[in-house]
Amino acid sequence: MTAYNTHILVCGGTGCKASESELIKLNFKNQLAELGLDDDVQVIHTGCFGFCEKGPIVKIQPDNTFYVTVRPEDTKEIIEEHLIKGRKVERLLYKNPKTQEQVTESKNMDFYKKQVRVALRNCGFINPENIEEYIGNDGYSALGKCLEEYSPEETIQVIKDSGLRGRGGGGFPTGLKWEITRKVQADQKYVVCNADEGDPGAFMDRSILEGDPHSVIEAMAICGYCIGASKGLVYIRAEYPLAIQRLKTALAQAREYGLLGENVLGSGFGFEIEIRYGAGAFVCGEETALIHSMEGKRGEPTFKPPFPSESGYMGKPTNVNNVETFANIPPIINKGAAWFSSIGTEKSKGTKVFALAGKINNVGLIEVPMGTTLREVIYDIGGGIKDGKKFKAVQTGGPSGGCLTTAFLDTPIDYDNLLAAGSMMGSGGMIVMDEDDCMVSIAKFYLEFTLDESCGKCTPCRIGNKRLHEILVKITEGKGTREDIDKLRMLSQVIKDTSLCGLGQTSPNPVLSTLDNFLHEYEAHVDSKKCPAGQCKALMQYVIDDEKCTGCTLCFRNCPVGAISGEKRSPHYIDQTLCIKCGVCFEKCKFDAIKIV
Amino acid sequence: MPKIKLAEKTVELIREICAQFNNQETELINVLHQVQHKLGYLPAEVQEVIAKELNASVAKVYGVVTFYSFFTMLPQGQHPISICMGTACYVRGAEKVLTEFKRQLGIEVGQTSADGKFSLSCLRCVGACGLAPVVLVGEKVYGRVSPQQVSKIIAEYQDGCASAQSA
Repeated sequence: MTAYNTHILVCGGTGCKASESELIKLNFKNQLAELGLDDDVQVIHTGCFGFCEKGPIVKIQPDNTFYVTVRPEDTKEIIEEHLIKGRKVERLLYKNPKTQEQVTESKNMDFYKKQVRVALRNCGFINPENIEEYIGNDGYSALGKCLEEYSPEETIQVIKDSGLRGRGGGGFPTGLKWEITRKVQADQKYVVCNADEGDPGAFMDRSILEGDPHSVIEAMAICGYCIGASKGLVYIRAEYPLAIQRLKTALAQAREYGLLGENVLGSGFGFEIEIRYGAGAFVCGEETALIHSMEGKRGEPTFKPPFPSESGYMGKPTNVNNVETFANIPPIINKGAAWFSSIGTEKSKGTKVFALAGKINNVGLIEVPMGTTLREVIYDIGGGIKDGKKFKAVQTGGPSGGCLTTAFLDTPIDYDNLLAAGSMMGSGGMIVMDEDDCMVSIAKFYLEFTLDESCGKCTPCRIGNKRLHEILVKITEGKGTREDIDKLRMLSQVIKDTSLCGLGQTSPNPVLSTLDNFLHEYEAHVDSKKCPAGQCKALMQYVIDDEKCTGCTLCFRNCPVGAISGEKRSPHYIDQTLCIKCGVCFEKCKFDAIKIV
Repeated sequence: MPKIKLAEKTVELIREICAQFNNQETELINVLHQVQHKLGYLPAEVQEVIAKELNASVAKVYGVVTFYSFFTMLPQGQHPISICMGTACYVRGAEKVLTEFKRQLGIEVGQTSADGKFSLSCLRCVGACGLAPVVLVGEKVYGRVSPQQVSKIIAEYQDGCASAQSA
């Protein structure tokens, strides 16, 4: 029997779980038990593999075979063919879309080739619910090293030398933040992990907590040791049940192993971590707002200074870092500052995790060295634009970021370059848009988000963004004027200059960056009352081309409101008074007979 | 909003939850999470009890409840439907899916259907961007949903019980 010592890794990330990866795991277990192989083959759920587009993913070790889009009914074939007969199940292997060749191992796939995994090093490799596996991969050795060999000052120096900057968006040097908090005298200090990931389209923090919760716990303990805090708090979104459950499991295991508690590893240093739940407010990603929320209040930001490092949670010095920042700490301690700072660009060291989504072939979670270009990310890793369409823009930095055009494709990605290009790093959401996306509508979409999420404390954000939104609605309805475009720009500048917190100050960015890069689209809406992308419903109609229509009745049968009429085998007609512009006919027609005018 | 009278049992439950958190005002958000988990929503009458137990003003409790999108003052439908309006879902057509749900159910976002079966809401990113656009019914995730699939999804829940079939 060759099955001895085989591991079946089934992706247990949220995306794959939604595609029944739970049932896949169960099927494997049951079928292995029936064959009496359950002692030889271990089946485990791992964190996200990153290649969400091809999920659910199943990886067989030790030969590293990487199966994609596995269905629950495929498990039997994998066991019989791969495990027993030693033949790979070819139809489940990844096929390189360019060469049509089958690729068996992930390291040979374009999606993984250019990636360097530091923060995601364990995601998809270990069982996140088993502390032994984390320890087996150098886990907690960084904490041990700090407690035994380094003083807090020396540890902080390592982090400073590494050049690590905050991964939550701001990019503030992490070592410096720790040093400032260390220097403040107080009877109690706090370490806070910001896991309130609110950017729509960004899911790296959740994936780290789901796939490698111990790395965050270890880093928080190291931070506590450095700044002199005995208490840590993780502020996590209540909408992330799986991450919460895995974090709870990990905390209990760490306590059991003496890695948390009154006397960590017998060093005399005491550290404990509690979980606090967010309740759905984007502004709580801002550290002062987050602290107020942890105190049971409305999550409204307050003026800085005082910075949380002086007066934070319960008025005590508090060091707030984001999940991905923490996940970088243990490898920096283990491998040294020089190793970390050898990756990346001059001012942005290390790697960055991006959630690649939108109109791209390979949606997923990726980690690349700082300085990688957008072109490499979108075309090499992302596999280019879906359905062979034309690239139009990539939106980075979430609702606070901006849309970048083809002109920026060869810009190396780092904090400073993205800012200079009119966008920002943000937490790492990267949404790719194609020729069918209307940039005015995209700006409107982000403003809707800001409107919902503005805490209402200061006027420019609360009222200014509402006015911006109203103007954008007017333009997308074909009622805009040239003056409206000028007003958008002026109002955006005022909001930027006069808002209190980061949310308000950056909220007009989607408007400003689309105005800068896609002014012609605004002008088309205003001057000729046309939406070049054919997205704005008020500015378009679906009509049937008599010459192309074969009268197949497919559109007629699919129209949800009965707006289409016509005899079989003769051209059909759309009644514009009934049409709700849902676009079903356009998608269904096999003869390109339906046009947008 | 019509006034409701809370059963003694419910009041007792709220008191117990507050006591678990030592009646600390700073634990308000944790208390609200627990109470909503048990009762399904947080009507004004419930907030009054919580305020009293935590020795906080009703205004403060109301202020917090209405600040966070996770808390609701209205009862949810038997099958809460949430459409992801994160950017990834948006660019892959979530708006069209939402419009279709609104049209077929005859309700707006934030409302519950007359028979109490469905309520409709939007949420920001469930993080399953590979499956965009995504719709949640209760805890079940439907991926790559097109407007044409909407009637099928609703039908799955019309008979009162969800079928075990996947989307």
